[in-house]
Parts: sequence; structure tokens; C-alpha cells
Amino acid sequence: MNAEVKAFAQRLDLKRGRVDMSHGSGGRAMAQLIEQLFLRHFDNEWLRQANDQASFAVAAGRMVMSTDGHVISPLFFPGGDIGSLAVHGTINDVAMSGARPLFLSAGFIIEEGFPLADLERIVASMARAAREAGVPVATGDTKVVERGKGDGVFITTTGIGVVPPGVTISGELARPGDAILLSGNLGDHGVAIMSSRENLEFDTRIVSDSAALHGLVAAMVEAAPGIHCLRDPTRGGLATTLNELARQSGVGMKLQETAIPIDPAVSAASELLGLDPLYIANEGKLVCICAGEDAGRLLHVMRQHPLGRRAAIVGEVIDDPHALVQMETAFGGSRIVDWLSGEQLPRIC
Amino acid sequence: MRYVEEFRRRDLAQRLAAAIAREADPARQYRLMEFCGGHTHAIFRYGVQDLMPPNVGFVHGPGCPVCVLPIARIDHAIRLLEQHQVILCSYGDMLRVPGSGRHSLLKAKAAGADVRMVYSTRDALNIARQNPQRQVVFFAIGFETTTPPTAVAIRQAREAGLKNFSVFCNHVLTPAAIHNILESPEVREMGTVSIDGFFGPSHVSAVIGSRPYEFFAEEFQRPVVIAGFEPLDVMQSTLMLIRQLNEGRHEVENEYTRVVSRDGNLKAQALVAEVFELRRRFEWRGLGEVPYSALRIKRCYAEFDAERRFAVTLAPAAEVRGCECPRILRGVKKPVDCRLFGNVCTPDNPMGSCMVSSEGACAAYWSYGRFRQPAGEESVA
Repeated sequence: MNAEVKAFAQRLDLKRGRVDMSHGSGGRAMAQLIEQLFLRHFDNEWLRQANDQASFAVAAGRMVMSTDGHVISPLFFPGGDIGSLAVHGTINDVAMSGARPLFLSAGFIIEEGFPLADLERIVASMARAAREAGVPVATGDTKVVERGKGDGVFITTTGIGVVPPGVTISGELARPGDAILLSGNLGDHGVAIMSSRENLEFDTRIVSDSAALHGLVAAMVEAAPGIHCLRDPTRGGLATTLNELARQSGVGMKLQETAIPIDPAVSAASELLGLDPLYIANEGKLVCICAGEDAGRLLHVMRQHPLGRRAAIVGEVIDDPHALVQMETAFGGSRIVDWLSGEQLPRIC
Repeated sequence: MRYVEEFRRRDLAQRLAAAIAREADPARQYRLMEFCGGHTHAIFRYGVQDLMPPNVGFVHGPGCPVCVLPIARIDHAIRLLEQHQVILCSYGDMLRVPGSGRHSLLKAKAAGADVRMVYSTRDALNIARQNPQRQVVFFAIGFETTTPPTAVAIRQAREAGLKNFSVFCNHVLTPAAIHNILESPEVREMGTVSIDGFFGPSHVSAVIGSRPYEFFAEEFQRPVVIAGFEPLDVMQSTLMLIRQLNEGRHEVENEYTRVVSRDGNLKAQALVAEVFELRRRFEWRGLGEVPYSALRIKRCYAEFDAERRFAVTLAPAAEVRGCECPRILRGVKKPVDCRLFGNVCTPDNPMGSCMVSSEGACAAYWSYGRFRQPAGEESVA
């Protein structure tokens, strides 16, 4: 038998096979899983080195690093899956510093019994997302946990990037008089996820907005290097993100409800479920806070980009020692937009 | 979103605000109680109070089903989980409501109990079908709006021959609660709470109709306007209440004619009557024991009554000391009058039920309006 030609007795059964404990044991089965599934899809020069670490030259300048665990349910949803989300989420966290993302790592925790076909679908989608973003997955890890001790698959990704010279973007830099910009419609991701949850299925044309935002950020930073804050309003939605920034910067914020772009289908679903779109998660949107005089130029640049077509100026930063986020309602009154408490739970009647 | 947005139009709101400002008599106060949590939510979410003249104020009533459920009933639900290992299906709002010792369904779930959040009684029935080896209990709460679906579920369970499904029934009745508030000494004799008029509930009235309120309007000489849940509904109804008060009338008027009729939904009423009967008395948080204010499952459907199916041992329930939920629910105190409000009791860490649901007065004050309500300041002069 020629070990060169036939390293493994049988091909991985990617149609009907399931992950078992041996796939995480460090033995031949794991090597096969890595080679025939992960490497095949992620294929790049760093992974091909087959070392326990990826090795690359470091770019000059300030580096940023971010990590994010993905535990989403369901794993597949309209507009994406846990794989594409794990790539986009971490690229976005890196990009929100103004950085150009360079590399990703990916750690998989897979539950015993998980179908290999689903795993391949996730890995292929992840590889596609990384390729499209131009950010390779340079190193990774696989663990298998016993049945019942995981929820299908969890994916942790870490990203590094380098910040262009002259760019300093940080959550504590918002100043009274600054403009608050939003890159597009709120709530698409959360509603898409909810529409496919087991006990809630409803028909909607809404798909997740999951997307890598570093291209949009690069265009924005080029147009206005003096941007003060960038953040992606993921869990907890726009409301939570603005409260975080208000607290970090010690300022208040005043939103105009009529300026906030929301798809009518998202409004309708939120209405029905008793949820508030301001608190619903997004995976392909960013909030930008910049000096008032930069706002017009930035808005123009954002609207030129495919991921910022519906961008809008949604409010301004104000002086407020209590760091409250307020909103003038479409109705003409005003209200506080507070932190989300606990999980957003549907109302009873 | 068509048919909804038109009830949130700013231009119409401004026109109504101008009419209210014109017609409200500056020499008097208008204290209007919205019974229903849905109205409380709309008032805060859309900032309706901002559009009112200073002498028109809203008093937030007890119409939040989560808020009025007494601690003993939460304890009972938790015992069902602990002593009988049932699968307990509950609407999401209930999960964080604190019972005795600040225990809650959410904490019981974290400790290993099988609590499932459902969106409808149908979900609960499905869980029962999928788990034939387990006992599944639906934690039924709510006013007349949620009662018919529970009745349907019980009938369906019988038709399907489900042996592992039952209902922990906590359905309560709106008219009994309004009656109780108007009868309370604070309102009737002491005059510490003056309520000049009522907004009648929206969804509840769709089921029971406007007729049940006619008695209060007459007996207590207070106008009632059945109001929809949209902010323009609230404003239009405010104007209607002000007009009645100015003219010395106390009638039941219906602003929510697009949904509510005088007789209500007769089919739903018949369903409820088939499955439920009045409890002689039921404890409400805030109101205490209120006679004939709640429903229980009739004897002919006893097999689906979780209270009959599962015996539980209960320790006496203890309210959190200092919690003003009981008085806030009656409109006697405002959330900011409570020592715990915003201090140790916040939506993230609720001590009382009014801080849990977004329909609860305390949660609404905290989440939507706290910057306008520094401690001790009254929104109504």
C-alpha cells in the first residue's frame, strides 16, 4: 500500500457522515477532517505550511486585534449562516478601528453527531466570505465535544489588522456637535434570524444584512481620516451601541426617529412581535460619529458604496452629563432610548 | 405597515394637541387613568405626554397582566417545575418576574428546570405532542384578550386526547379590577387619588365589548373612552374625555370603532364561558383579594387544570420590603415615589413586577422617561 497515494483508508463521507469523537482526538481521523474539509475550502499559503501557527511578516504601523465567539441558532438563516457570520463579524470588529483587516483565525467546537454535510456547507460559506473579503483564515483549531454538550457548532474567529497612519478612531472621541451617521436599514439580521427560529417561523422577504464592512470603512477613512467613532450595532442594536458610545465619551445623543432608515417589512415584523427595531441586531451596518463639517462628505461617500446606499444622518451628539440617548419621536414627542435590559422579550398583549 | 403608520402621523398629532390645548380648561386638572399597559407603553414610546398641556396628565393603571400577578402564583409555577419536573411553557414577559426570594422562572431555568418561552398556546400544544413522556403545563396569564386562545387550547387538547397537557390558569378580568380601583378608599373617600376619567382597554374591549363599562360610568360618574393602542388613538380619546368632563357628562364612548363593538366578540365569549368559570376571589398584586375577578377551569375540563393535577406545597409568599408596586398599580404613587426605583430596582435587576414588563409603569418610566422625572417631581401639577 502506498501511503503517499492513499493516506486514509476511506474518503470522508461528506453526504451522510457525522462528526464523531475521533475527529477531535488529534489522530488520523482529525488529520483527514482537516485535510479533506477545512484545508480544501480555506486553502491558502499559510494553512498549507501545516504548522501549529501561521507565520507572516508584520506590517508597519499600529495593529489591532479582535475576537468573537459565534453561537447562533439557527445555524443557517436567510442571507447567511454561522460560517459567513463568523468571518464578517470579526472583520467588522477589526475594521471599526479604521484598520485594514489582514488575517483571521478560526476555532471550531463541534458537537458529536453533527452532520459532515452541514459542516462542509458552513466551512465552504466561511471560505467564500473570507475570499470575497480578501482576508484569509491563516490558522485554525478543531475540537469535538460529546453529544449534548454543544449546540451543533460554535465558531470563534480572531482577526488582526493594521490602522492607516493618521487615523485614530475610538469610542471616547464623540464631542457635542458631532453628527451621527448610520450606514443603512436597521434590524434586517435580527428579523431574518427570528423568522427562521423553530417556534416562530413567519414568511418574510427580509434576509440578513451580514456583510464585511472594511471596504466601506476604507472609503470613509480615505474621505475623512478624522472620523471620531465607528461601531457596528450588532447585539442590542443601535440603541445599545449609542449608549455605549455616549457613556465612553461622556456625552448625550439626540436622534431623529424619522431619519432612521428601517425596511417596512422589518417594521411590520417588529410590530407584530412587540419588538423595537432600535434594539434588534445588525451584522452589516455601522454607526459613524464625526465632526459636523465632515458629515456631508462622509454621507456622500457612504452612499456611493454598495453597503451604504441607504446611509443617513440620524442625529447629533449633545452635551449631557447623564450620557443619555434621547430621540425625538416621529410623533413629535421625545423619549429616552435606554440600554436593552436582559433579552428583548415579546410582549403578551 | 400601512394602516398602522397613519395612526402615528405627526401632523394629525399636532392638530389634536392644539385642540386639546384649546379645550382643556386651565382652571382645572384632568387626571386620566389608562387602565391598560398597552396604553402606558404607547404614551411613553411616542412621547404623548410632551404634547399635552401641563394640566392634563396620565395615571398609569394596573392593566399589565404580568404586573398584577401576585408573588404566590409565580412561586406556584416554580414549584410545578421543582416538585413535578414539568415542562412549563410561558409567554416571554413572565420569565423575569421575581417571586419570593427574588427567584424567577429564568433563574429556575438556569438551575436546570425546563422552561420554554412560547408565542402562542399552539406552541405549548406542540411541545406536549412532541414530549409524550413529559407533563407539559401552559402558564396562562392575561386579561380577556388572552383568555379565548387558552380556551381553544384546552378544547384542542381534549379533542386530540392529550394526556400530558394542562393549564395553570391565571386569567383575570378587567371590569372587576376597574371596579376595585374606583371602590378603593383612596379614590372614593380620601380623595388622595383623583381619577377624572378612564381610557378603556383596546384588545380586551374587542372581546368583551363596550357594554361592561356602562355600569362604571353611571355608578361612579366617570367618563370612559375605549381607546386604540396607537398614539393618535390615545390623543383623540384624551380629547373626547376632556370634552365629556367639560360638559359634565360621564358616558361610555368608543374611539376604537374600527375594532370594538358594544357587544364584543360573541364567539370568543361563548368559548370562554364553555371552558372557564368565575373564581370566588383571586389575589391581585396591588389590589389584594378581589372578588369574582379571575377565571378557573370548569369541572368538566378538570383534567386539564394543572392546579388540580399537581399538588404543590407553598411557603407563604413574601413581598419585597419597600417595593411600592401595590400602590403604583392603583395610581396612588408614581414610580419615582418608590425608594427602590432606579436605585436597587431597574429593568436589569427588577425587585417588583412593575419593573419587568415594558407595559409596567416603572419600566416605562425608567426606559423612556426618567430624564424628565427627577425624583419627587410630579408630571401633573
